[in-house]
Amino acid sequence: MKNTKEFSIIVGGAAGQGSRKAGLIIAKIFNDLGYNIFIHEDYQSLIKGGHNFSQIRASEKEILSHVGKADFLLALDERTMKEHEKDLAENGTIVFNQDKVKSENGIGIVADTITKELEGLPIMSNTALLGGFAKVVGIDWESLEEVLRKEIGKGIEKNLEIAKKAYDSVSEVLKVDKLKNNPKPLLTGNEALSLGAVKAGLEVYFAYPMTPATGILHYLAEHEKDLNVVVSQLENEIAVAVAAAGSAYSGKRTMAGSSGGGFALMTETISLAAMAEIPLVFVNSQRSGPATGVPTYTGQTDLLFTLASGHGDFLRFVIAPGDVNETCYWSGELMNLAWKYQTPSILLIDKELSESTFSFDENVLDNIQKKEGLLWDGKGEYKRYLNTPDGISPMAFPGQNAIIKATSYEHDEYGLSVEDKENIVMMQEKRMRKFKEMEKEVELLEAVKVYGNIDSKTAVVCWGSTKGAVKEAAEELGLKVIQPIILQPFPIKQFKDALKGVEKLVLIELGALGQMEQVLNSQGIKVDAKVLKYDMRPFTPEELVAKLKNI
Amino acid sequence: MEKLETTCPNTWCPGCGNFGVLQAIKMAIEDIVQKGTPRENIVLVSDIGCNSKIADYLNLNSFYSLHGRSIVTGEGIKLGNPDLKVIVFIGDGAALDEGISHLIHAAKRNSDVNVIMHNNRLFALTTGQFTAVSPKGLKGKSTPEGSIEEPLNPLELMLASNASFIARSYSSKFEHLKNLIIDAVNHKGFSFIEVLQPCPSFFNSMELYNKSSYEAVNSELESKEKAMQLIKEWNYNGETKIPLGLFYKKDRMYYEEEMTKHLEKDKEPDIKKCLTTHL
Repeated sequence: MKNTKEFSIIVGGAAGQGSRKAGLIIAKIFNDLGYNIFIHEDYQSLIKGGHNFSQIRASEKEILSHVGKADFLLALDERTMKEHEKDLAENGTIVFNQDKVKSENGIGIVADTITKELEGLPIMSNTALLGGFAKVVGIDWESLEEVLRKEIGKGIEKNLEIAKKAYDSVSEVLKVDKLKNNPKPLLTGNEALSLGAVKAGLEVYFAYPMTPATGILHYLAEHEKDLNVVVSQLENEIAVAVAAAGSAYSGKRTMAGSSGGGFALMTETISLAAMAEIPLVFVNSQRSGPATGVPTYTGQTDLLFTLASGHGDFLRFVIAPGDVNETCYWSGELMNLAWKYQTPSILLIDKELSESTFSFDENVLDNIQKKEGLLWDGKGEYKRYLNTPDGISPMAFPGQNAIIKATSYEHDEYGLSVEDKENIVMMQEKRMRKFKEMEKEVELLEAVKVYGNIDSKTAVVCWGSTKGAVKEAAEELGLKVIQPIILQPFPIKQFKDALKGVEKLVLIELGALGQMEQVLNSQGIKVDAKVLKYDMRPFTPEELVAKLKNI
Repeated sequence: MEKLETTCPNTWCPGCGNFGVLQAIKMAIEDIVQKGTPRENIVLVSDIGCNSKIADYLNLNSFYSLHGRSIVTGEGIKLGNPDLKVIVFIGDGAALDEGISHLIHAAKRNSDVNVIMHNNRLFALTTGQFTAVSPKGLKGKSTPEGSIEEPLNPLELMLASNASFIARSYSSKFEHLKNLIIDAVNHKGFSFIEVLQPCPSFFNSMELYNKSSYEAVNSELESKEKAMQLIKEWNYNGETKIPLGLFYKKDRMYYEEEMTKHLEKDKEPDIKKCLTTHL
């Protein structure tokens, strides 16, 4: 084994066999031992059957992506074996359900037989496989039992019986080292963004189910009491977006989430929020498109669409975090920015960030504070669209002693509809001044990050979830990495600073076109080469090392 | 009370039915405020169309939303702050064409918003095209030979959607309409008032309404069968009698009350507790 402080494990089976749960339990076992965790979930758009797998990576170093090769392959069914035998590293070990899988190599566990003998439910075969695997990697029984008790509610005693029998049926092959680190919370991007938004004051969340954004809806609904939020599922994304605008108008910090197609339906409200100057956060978690595309696979193909979402002349904040900590932080910060500038603001993520599980740094939450927007002082006559020097008008909310008129029409300072030239020009210019302030603001934030060898003349530019694999590959090859996080308004000063000394710029993007090239070109920045992939599976570091070597 | 008018010039056509609705809502607001609802707790939501200009003409909180989206905008406002009284002004095209899903779902979930549907039975601000309630044969600019579609009965749709307050009025009878608006606002839950509204420019049905409408008396407000009888009296095509009044009213738990009952005022979210589930 290459490094005993790093493990990659694939666990796979048919949908309904519980491979995802098994993956999470394995991750928690390693988490308890002090390892950093990343879990990539690969599943199909179906409920039973098919082929699902989790790819768990546990490492002593910080990791933000999975790797291609697995040290262990845990096969609940024959198909997992067929699909992933090729992914097994040299000297890798197969642990398989001997009742469903035929294999010459590896360690067989009669998972179905054990489950049947002990009168468990068929799905409990995954516990049997887990029990066997834990023994193989030298986890002591007590540690396994603790994690199982935490993760399995119903039927835990039966599960423990099954796990123990499988555990005792095999022998230890190696002993995973315990590290000194404390376990960290394991969060998906969806969960982290939910908590970040709540920390910045989220009060109401609206959504219509759509993969891969559904996890936000589920998570906030599950925790609505503890988080003191309202979670509302409405009839479609059009309703979701405009109800969110209503809620924000009433004074509540509000967010609406979806993925590409659903986000497309929200765009009329993005335009409305720009005109009515309503602070509103949207989440667009991209998946493979166009149209329905490949619903449960990732992609970065909504970039240009998101940057131009909503008709009319206006700027919106578009922020694309690259890992779980950034997703949490920027979700909160975006809420504050939306309220500061009273403008639609979009968190642009993707399936890989939304649904992958990462080790989360709790300190990130301490860096998020709810910041108030500009509020009316209650004096004199209230004008919702007061024409101010910076274009930002004080906010008031229904129930206060004021007449608050929000409108989708061009309007005067009171919010009454107008069609005359003077008022139109005045309001356009008021909004333009606000956009200038937004442009200034992004340069004050950490809008562009740089990693790797900062002296390298070759730099790779990446955005969003590709950060993890790109950073790891670039560090191995001694390249510089430039990651723009705020994509609108574009932080051109910071980006140009990051480009100093760079002679060759390579774009890495998960999509067929490489849309970031157009964004950079529009800022006068040339892209010299592109590494693109459009099988809609995330990059692995090994894959990128191989591709970047040739550039 | 501070004046209810704004400085915005009124641009409705002379003789427009909307003037009657404006008169009725002013009278209703005065009454509602007099009876103790703070004026600042009233929010008007309007859609897009001639009717929706009403938001510009009333010196009250308002959200002038997008076409077809006013009802669900109002639902968002009510969910954000359940203390507010939300009154939505929407035309037949917006309610029954562009935004029909929102109308149905608002009724189904019993959102505590009050919908006043100005029914002039065609799109007027776009200079006259058929809507879902236009009579079959309506000659508009998009149907020069006459619309081939049968009209939808919006009140039947509301009854089927389990709306908890269903009524019809007529813009010329603003006293009648005023009283219905007051009842609707006091009703906890979704209310739908259809207002027959002649359009003197494109579809002047004033003669029909004056001749055929009558104030029906309904003593069994919780009976869907009775409501259906009244609702079916006029099919939006012919020139039969047209009943006006409150047809159906039945209280049940309303959406925003149910959706916000777990909230604790001034409670800090317990993020730490959530994080413990991730270890």
